[in-house]
Amino acid sequence: MSEVLKVPSMAECMAEGRQPEILFWVGSAGSYDDRAKKITRAFVKILNKANVDFAVLGTEESCTGDVAKRAGNEFLFQMQAVTNIEILNAYDIKRIVTACPHSYNTLKNEYPQLGGHYQVQHHTQFIDELIQSGRLKLERENTFKGKRITFHDPCYLGRANDVYEAPRALLQTLGVELVEMKRHKKTALCCGAGGAQMFKEPEKGDKDINVLRTEDALETNPDIIATGCPYCNTMMTDGVKVKEKDADISVLDVAELIANAQNL
Amino acid sequence: MEYLPNILFAVILAAGIGYFAKNVKKLIRNIKLGRDVDLSDNKSERFKSMAMIALGQSKMVRRPVAGILHIIVYLGFIIINIEVLEIIIDGLFGTHRIFSGIGATYGFLIGAFEVLALLVFVSVIVFWIRRNIIKLKRFWKAEMTSWPKNDGNFILYFEMVLMTLFLVMNAADVHFQAMNSGNVISQFIAPWFGGFSEGTLHFIERGAWWFHIVGILVFLNYLYFSKHLHILLAFPNTYYGKLAPKGQFNNLESVTNEVKMMMDPNIDPFAAPAEGTEPAMPEKFGASDVQDLSWVQLLNAYTCTECGRCTSECPANLTGKKLSPRKIMMDTRDRLEEVGKNIDANNGEFKADGKQLLGDYISTEELWACTTCNACVEACPVSIDPLSIILEMRRYLVMEQSAAPTELNNMMTNIENNGAPWPYSQMDRLNWKDE
Repeated sequence: MSEVLKVPSMAECMAEGRQPEILFWVGSAGSYDDRAKKITRAFVKILNKANVDFAVLGTEESCTGDVAKRAGNEFLFQMQAVTNIEILNAYDIKRIVTACPHSYNTLKNEYPQLGGHYQVQHHTQFIDELIQSGRLKLERENTFKGKRITFHDPCYLGRANDVYEAPRALLQTLGVELVEMKRHKKTALCCGAGGAQMFKEPEKGDKDINVLRTEDALETNPDIIATGCPYCNTMMTDGVKVKEKDADISVLDVAELIANAQNL
Repeated sequence: MEYLPNILFAVILAAGIGYFAKNVKKLIRNIKLGRDVDLSDNKSERFKSMAMIALGQSKMVRRPVAGILHIIVYLGFIIINIEVLEIIIDGLFGTHRIFSGIGATYGFLIGAFEVLALLVFVSVIVFWIRRNIIKLKRFWKAEMTSWPKNDGNFILYFEMVLMTLFLVMNAADVHFQAMNSGNVISQFIAPWFGGFSEGTLHFIERGAWWFHIVGILVFLNYLYFSKHLHILLAFPNTYYGKLAPKGQFNNLESVTNEVKMMMDPNIDPFAAPAEGTEPAMPEKFGASDVQDLSWVQLLNAYTCTECGRCTSECPANLTGKKLSPRKIMMDTRDRLEEVGKNIDANNGEFKADGKQLLGDYISTEELWACTTCNACVEACPVSIDPLSIILEMRRYLVMEQSAAPTELNNMMTNIENNGAPWPYSQMDRLNWKDE
């Protein structure tokens, strides 16, 4: 890609003797998964546009352990947690923003008991804050204005942590026509990836969960399915392909919508 | 001879309450078989959720039809039971409608009871129709056969009969009808007995009175053997329900200790334990049987009334997988009952019976189908957490038996080796920046 992203690492910040405003926790999917990397880049573009003083851990970041914990491997989870906390505390991190609801949940809820106390935000909450405080200005006129968009609530953002409004507020800012699925917010259906399902074949059944969830979304007759989680994104993208709708409907992260709308 | 009915009544009452008390003791003992957790925190917040969820039925009305009907039955049940107080006093002292002396208020009260009794009767009929004629899916899932299915209907029959007896008792009560105060519903039933002599009417009234109170005592004792225990346990269960965000799973302290030892460079791995300190037997990680679960999880199991709202929202169940959160709760209770009976039969000691919750009740296929999405937890109207049991059993499978599905083992090996669930080098973590 052509444009250059400004992505300082904590190590660089430390060498320069400065403490950034936030740490952007990229997460494993955001670092390695080809689809999720686009979300990561979109969020960084927004951060750059708003001149946010942020940094990443880069090669010092490691899996939060969420997926290991939910698979039942508490040892591996705590090993990961303790290692990460050591690094985060060494850099004296106070605020973390992440684009992955699984990292968000783990960092916010499961690290404190192991000695990691941080103020943690989902990227949609942080972007919303940037807009509210006037640090990020969005053009009301944009490519998505008037488009029918339905938002799929990630379980670990919604039910798990009661964050329902921030992503919706952002979509409203773009002037889109937000349509809700029958099952949304508290009763939203899982995409099928949580609890380590992302990494294994599903048990025997009569349908895949992501297909069922995609059918929920298709009922709203959307132009775009928006979500706020790299795993949900993969599952819904696959679901749309199974339903042979990938030519008409795209699955995008809220950060991508914001970044694309501003031609970032 | 004159006091025979009073004595008979006292004996039946004592037997009914006594047997119930005995079973409540057993219930508490069984719940205490679970591991200890300290939930003495946040008292005011806990009272608040109990008031909202159990007393205020806030989660019931998320499904409006079932919710409103349930509120009618719940209110009817509580309010009509004020009448039981009068019945008990009358029964013990041979009086007749002891409270009728209070005048117009009495008429008002009984009138309210009669209206509620009718409403309860109608609601229960609708419930029965939903179960047996409309056949709502969640009442016909795989786990809802034999006893669970009959149990659901028995409770409805009980309530129909008790409400009928209450109204017939009032309708056949010549004096009460003559008072013409409070007989709002029963005055329309009284004409059915129009041609009967006063003696026959008295016989019907007495009969209905006795069957009503004996019925209530039988129902009370039926609770322990039924899903209907929720009418009592919903209160403690919502009080002890999870207050943390739903996504927050507990961190095992036993693991924390081991991890800290492993990470601490100052610990001598070859050190002998200090004099006099017996190295504690490491706790079993996770749960393979009910004794490995916490007492709250066991209380959850006894509280479950098998409504199936959890299962009807479970993504795995909705897509035809074996997992049903309701079955997780039912299995836990069944196994706990089995363990309890084993203890009763062996003078208070549990004798290994070659069975356990894992495998004999809950299969690994069910456990691995869970997406940990919390839909079941959110759906439960009485704060039951089936997910916590699933997680505890996965922990046993992975940490005690190394029995995770192969793909998950690969994923975990990747995390151990390179800090990501995929086999990519940690040094490539920032490559996205320049792609």
